Amino acid sequence: MKTVRSLVLVSFDPSSLQRGAEKIYERLQSEIQAFGLEDEITVTTVTDIGRHDAIPMIIVYPEAVIYGPVSPDQIHQIVEEHLYKGRVVEEFLAPVRELSGQIAWLRARKGALPAENRIVLERAGIIDPESIEEYIAHRGYEALAMVITDFTPQAVIYTIDRSGLQGRGGAGFSVGRKWSFVSMANGNPKYVICNADESEPGTFKDRVILEGDPHSIIEAMAIAGYAVGATQGYVYIRGEYKLAFHRMEVAIQQARQYGLLGNNIFNRGFDFDIHLHAGAGAYICGEETALIESIEGKRGEPRARPPYPPTVGLWGKPTLVNNVETLVNVPPIIRNGYEWYRTIGTPKSTGTKVYTILGNVNQTGVIEVPMGITLREVITIYAKGMKNNATFKLAQTGGSSGSVIPASLQDTPMDFESYRKAGVSLGSGALLICDETTCVVDLAKVLMEFFRFESCGKCTPCRIGTQRSFEILKNISEGQGKLSDLDELVYLGENMETLSNCGLGQTASGPVRDILRHFRAEVEAHIRLGVCPSGICPMVPAEEPQISPVSRREATAEVGF
Amino acid sequence: MQATALDQNVQAVVNRAIETHGKSREAMIAILSDVNDTFGYIPTEAFQEITRQVNSPGEQAFVSQSQLYGLATFYQMLSTKPMGRHVIRFCESAPCHVMGGRVLFQALQDTLSLLPGETSSNGKWSFVLTSCLGVCGVGPVLLVDDDIYGNVTPEQLPNILAGYD
Repeated sequence: MKTVRSLVLVSFDPSSLQRGAEKIYERLQSEIQAFGLEDEITVTTVTDIGRHDAIPMIIVYPEAVIYGPVSPDQIHQIVEEHLYKGRVVEEFLAPVRELSGQIAWLRARKGALPAENRIVLERAGIIDPESIEEYIAHRGYEALAMVITDFTPQAVIYTIDRSGLQGRGGAGFSVGRKWSFVSMANGNPKYVICNADESEPGTFKDRVILEGDPHSIIEAMAIAGYAVGATQGYVYIRGEYKLAFHRMEVAIQQARQYGLLGNNIFNRGFDFDIHLHAGAGAYICGEETALIESIEGKRGEPRARPPYPPTVGLWGKPTLVNNVETLVNVPPIIRNGYEWYRTIGTPKSTGTKVYTILGNVNQTGVIEVPMGITLREVITIYAKGMKNNATFKLAQTGGSSGSVIPASLQDTPMDFESYRKAGVSLGSGALLICDETTCVVDLAKVLMEFFRFESCGKCTPCRIGTQRSFEILKNISEGQGKLSDLDELVYLGENMETLSNCGLGQTASGPVRDILRHFRAEVEAHIRLGVCPSGICPMVPAEEPQISPVSRREATAEVGF
Repeated sequence: MQATALDQNVQAVVNRAIETHGKSREAMIAILSDVNDTFGYIPTEAFQEITRQVNSPGEQAFVSQSQLYGLATFYQMLSTKPMGRHVIRFCESAPCHVMGGRVLFQALQDTLSLLPGETSSNGKWSFVLTSCLGVCGVGPVLLVDDDIYGNVTPEQLPNILAGYD
């Protein structure tokens, strides 16, 4: 590694790029050259650290000073004052986050980086994701070395099991138990799959890890492979995540060059390699058996279960499928021990959870907090309150298959068991926070339209149920609903929940069920009074098609279909 | 003569894709993606060409054209119809919807005079719906070819679209 005086990181995630990060980067390069500093200062691009209020962002090391949001015309002053003369430019510093309580990270002093309590997002946005040296310098591959030299596979599984780590993809299944199922299953070879087909609307936590810290996934997968007896891993990345795919590709190449993937890793006779697989656009492939079908080169239609992937998975062999966030928890648990991990979060839901905050709030972004903080804390502390001081109406958790959380559950701790008890689900970690301008019928309609679109069509309850539910909700939003429609929605929902082949159909009716439970009066107002209290629904039948018929004909005529 | 040129082109593209990804069943989605990236869609000739090259005697499992067609119609990023010069992808999921996506969606359809899934008569625009793009922090989001636009309002649309010829 080249020795430099300062390291300048530029946020280069899609949101930053959209706000002109590329210009910032170019301007930095040219200003640094103008001051003749190119040998002393390195400029790198990194993913965002979750501060969407301050992008595009520049972080200067070793001082760990954050500037943001920066504009190209501020660069000259930052280079001259800070990089050339060594004085921090106070006026361009990122706004301070004032935080308190049980918070895992972001305990920032003015303009500086958050206190290092992050676990999953430990390095994302802080290291150069395309440099294995930086990863290693930040204790990277230490856990893999420990495992291969000092642990038996059983000891690894024991450690993970005792840590209480639960799957972060949405279901919350015990990771230690899943690993032991695969380890005990008969069949050879075995496979480890990292599920990076993050397509739940509103969820982009895995993208931050894939783009910001790809080596941590490789390390975790190799540890998992050692524990369950697998020598081949697959990372299934959704096709839309081009940058994430590129970063993983680079990381895998580097790991192979360093002998951290391949044959005889650390000279202990352990072989492990990873194959990257890009999806081609299908939400359903996030379901583990659909994902396996897709890796095998087929349509991503879920398999009937049981048998489950730990016994019959990829190519019919025992297969471990874990989500990105789940896996990235593994190396820190190995390094610090399961006792340490159990001190974070709640006794039954250990560790942290990464959330994406969206909707009608002052600050959207990514946060990592201990399990068990409440929705109210998330909104007031991290989201900096509702936009325009509006009233909180509901939150939608975990993408479309999550739950609708009414204001009455704002103080319920967000962890697996408390939410289960309250009859709602934590889902994949998206928090779509809505104020009074959101109509529940409109929201339910949009969610159901999504499921109708994404249903693979293999099983009838889901294929017909999502379509019919959507039609009913659309009718209600157009003022054509009947009270008996609500009973039919419940009936359809129960059928989908109990009879569908996979998680998509089983959870698709969840938001509608929650809405009927908590916001029934508002839905009934659409039917009984013919009004949408939020003024969103059209309340009259839509004209089909909504654009002029002439241009439609023209539009389709020349392309020949 | 154009068809012959396309045939040769398809042959070369399929050839290259198979060299990169191999002939196994596992490689089919990657091969189709490469063809799709090159032509903007998967021409019928490509299905024929892939089966011809993959199913040569002594090779691995048999792959039929209907199986390939099944893949091409299942995955949203693959298309069996020719696309316009520029592809506008719009995500109508809940996070963008509550942030103004509802209004923007209507404005897009009106501005383009297209419904989702259609291509304009002059071959300039294709308008397709996509699943969440993972940039919801700045929703509503619009993807034109590979350019992402965030916090888009209907008023900005003409300006954004004017940047493409």
